[in-house]
This record gives sequence, C-alpha cells and structure tokens, in this order.
Amino acid sequence: MTSTQSPIVRMQQLNKHFGSLHVLNNVDLEIVPGEVVVIIGASGSGKSTLIRCINGLEEFQAGSLDVDGNQLLPNGKSSKALQTIRTEVGMVFQQFNLFPHLSVRDNVTLAPMKVRGWSRQDAEETAERLLERVGIADQADKYPSQLSGGQQQRVALARALAMEPRLMLFDEPTSALDPEMIGEVLDAMRELAKEGMTMVIVTHEMGFAREVADRVIFIHKGEIAEQGPPEQLFDTPQHERTQSFLARVLKH
Amino acid sequence: MDVNFQFDWSAAFGSIPYLLPGIPWTLLISFGGLAIGFFIGIFFGLLRISPVRWLRWPAVLYVEVFRGTPILVQVLFIFYGLPQLLGGPINALVAGIAAIAINSGAYISEIVRGGVQSIERGQREASLSLGLSRTQSFRYVIWPQALRRMIPPLGNQGIISIKDTSLFSVIGVGELVRQGQIYIATTFTALEVYFMVALMYLAITWTLSLILRQIERRGLAGQ
Repeated sequence: MTSTQSPIVRMQQLNKHFGSLHVLNNVDLEIVPGEVVVIIGASGSGKSTLIRCINGLEEFQAGSLDVDGNQLLPNGKSSKALQTIRTEVGMVFQQFNLFPHLSVRDNVTLAPMKVRGWSRQDAEETAERLLERVGIADQADKYPSQLSGGQQQRVALARALAMEPRLMLFDEPTSALDPEMIGEVLDAMRELAKEGMTMVIVTHEMGFAREVADRVIFIHKGEIAEQGPPEQLFDTPQHERTQSFLARVLKH
Repeated sequence: MDVNFQFDWSAAFGSIPYLLPGIPWTLLISFGGLAIGFFIGIFFGLLRISPVRWLRWPAVLYVEVFRGTPILVQVLFIFYGLPQLLGGPINALVAGIAAIAINSGAYISEIVRGGVQSIERGQREASLSLGLSRTQSFRYVIWPQALRRMIPPLGNQGIISIKDTSLFSVIGVGELVRQGQIYIATTFTALEVYFMVALMYLAITWTLSLILRQIERRGLAGQ
C-alpha cells in the first residue's frame, strides 16, 4: 500500500444516533485507493451502519465525511454530493437485492444506461464482459429467481461493477448464502481485490479477511477498538474486546 | 298463491333481446369509470405515501370520504344534487361514470399505496446505491414491481365496480338492471328476467376474471 496517496474516504469524528442509541461514536477512518479494508465485529456493533454512511444509505448526525472529493453533510443535507458519490461507489448487499422484474442482463445495464447515459449496445457489451468475469455469462437471459444464491450475488457484483466504481462496499456479502456457495462469491471478490479495486468489506469470513485484507478493523459498540494488518490483528490482538471476539468466532 | 309456479324458460329467453342493449351501457359505465378511477387512484395513492406531510392529508381525506360513503348516495348526489349547484341537469351516463370513477379511485389509491409499500426496502437501496435518482428508482425499479402486485386487487375492484353499476338503474341509465325492470313492467316475469340479468353479470365478471388470470400468469412469469 502506498499510504502517501490521498485518501478516497476520509471520515472524521463521525457520530450517528438511532434515537437514544449511539450507533457510531467518534469514528475516524481513512481509506486510500487500492486498499482492501475488512471490518469485523459482533452483530449490532455498527459495522454495517458504518459502511452504509459512506454511500449515504444512512445519515449521520455529526462529524465530516469526504468520499472522493465529495463532502457529505450531517443529517442528509447534501443531495448533490450524494448523487455523485453513489455513481462512484458500488455496493453489494447481504440479500443481493437484484431487481426481480428484470433479466440478469437488464439488472446490469439499467444504471449505466439511465445514470451514465450509455447506449444499450455499450451497456450490453460491458454487461457481457462483467458477467463473463464472474462466471455467469450463460445466465444473462434468465431472471434472478431462476439463479442460485451464489449466482445472484455474483450478478449483484457485476451490476455494481458496471458503473465502473472507484470504491466497492460489501455488506456481509456471504451471510445469506448456503455454505457451498460462499466460495464462489469470495473467489470473485478475491479477483477484484487482485485487480486493485478499493474495497471495504463487512464480513464474518475470518479466513478470507486474513487472506485479502490490507487492514482489518475491529468495531465494538460503535467505536473502532483496534485496527491493523491482518496478521497483527488476528495473531496478536491488543484490545481485550478483540481477543474475546476472536476467541468466540474462531472457535468453530 | 300458486305454489306450482314453473320457471318459464320461454320468458327467460324472450327477455334476452331486451336485456342485451343494457350490456354496452354497463360496460361503458364500469370501464369508463374504472379507467378514470385508475388515474385518480395512482394520484392519491402516491400522494398518500409522499414524504411531505401536507401532501398526504388530502389523500387521506379523499379515501376516507369516498370509501366511507355509499356509492348509491354518491351517484344520487351527483345526479340530483349537483345540478342545483351547476344550474343545469347532468347526463345520467356521465353521472354514473363519475360515481364509479371517484368511488373506485378511493379504493384503488389504497391498492396503489399497498403495492408500492410492499416492495422490499432493499430494492430502493440497491437502485439508489447504483446512482439512480429517487425518480428513476421509482420509475424503473419500484413501480414496475408494485404494478404487478397490484393486478389481483385491481381485478377485484374491477369486478366490484361492474356490479356497482347495477345501482345506477335508479338514475335511469339504461344499463342491465334498468332494461330488465322496463321489461318486467310489461311482462311480470321477474323471476326469469332477473335470473337472466344475473347470468349476464356473471358472463361479464367471469370473462374479466379469466383475462386477469392470463395477465397475472404472464406478468409473474418473469419473476
């Protein structure tokens, strides 16, 4: 990692509340281009909320957030910047969220055509290339419900990549998958990481995290409790909370 | 009283030529009214789920008023009441279509609201995360899915509205029931004629059911 590059995400003193619940507490986070950051933590720790703030699916109440030169303001008061950020930041969801009324191909071409204004032909060529890359080019005419969970998640990845994002967010991308399908999705993500995509991944797959992450962040009760290279965080965790969390999740 | 009364098939069949002219009127009032009601329903249904509070309340008011009062009262109000305000008579056909439109519009706006709200939150989040604007997200992702889910309840409403037109015999529109009443007035064969009237409603509503089933089957094939 060339840490001399200017960060693509710069989060300073970010705070988020759900009513009286303090979900994110003074979070500082910088991510540089090409970096793969994996966020781990117990459920309810705020890790999903954290990445959903980056593309404005969640509002925050205080602090500052800069994504690729676009300033997001507290309480959702930044619709113009938000629009720009969302065209530059792709996201893959736990529940895939494919559009069930559109074919696989149309799922992938919708945003490039409507947002980027590409011609159908350009969008379909890109879709074909991306579907090829995630290994499902032969399913382009099918509808999402006709695919397995693993295939659906790979379509979702292709759909996000079609917008040529500068940054990809993954919100527990394998948590809704049957065990035998987790590998195929992780493989596709591994490929993407190798190609140099900047990625922020929330996951419970610790083996995958150790393998692909440049940096692992452990979140506890809305705060970054500890972070570092995977070997350091997994092998010699400093924080007592990190130790007990890892002891729990690595047991099985 | 004659307990040996026989169902007179010749009277039943004999009424057909007098009843048939009522069918186009029944269809015109119901489908004309429903077509307008559909747009009223979309308009108020979407207002009802607007994030802006003061846009929501007219929609709530509309639904409560026109769902909460009988359609018979509505049509009487339009046909006999409104002319007092307007200073001139209202055509019975227009009054009938208007009553179906405002009445079905209230129910359809609830169908629209339910359809849109039934679409999972993840659909909106996924489309926004791809950079689609709120409008694009609604137009290309939410609405097409909502419309599919709305087909069964819309069909239901269509059938209800078709049957509601039978009430408009009271304002003298020559629809099915009215035609039957005129015929019975000279032949006194109420049993046979109303039986045939019922059969004709059944033929219309059943045909609509079959068409809707086809649309549903085709619409869901892509899911």
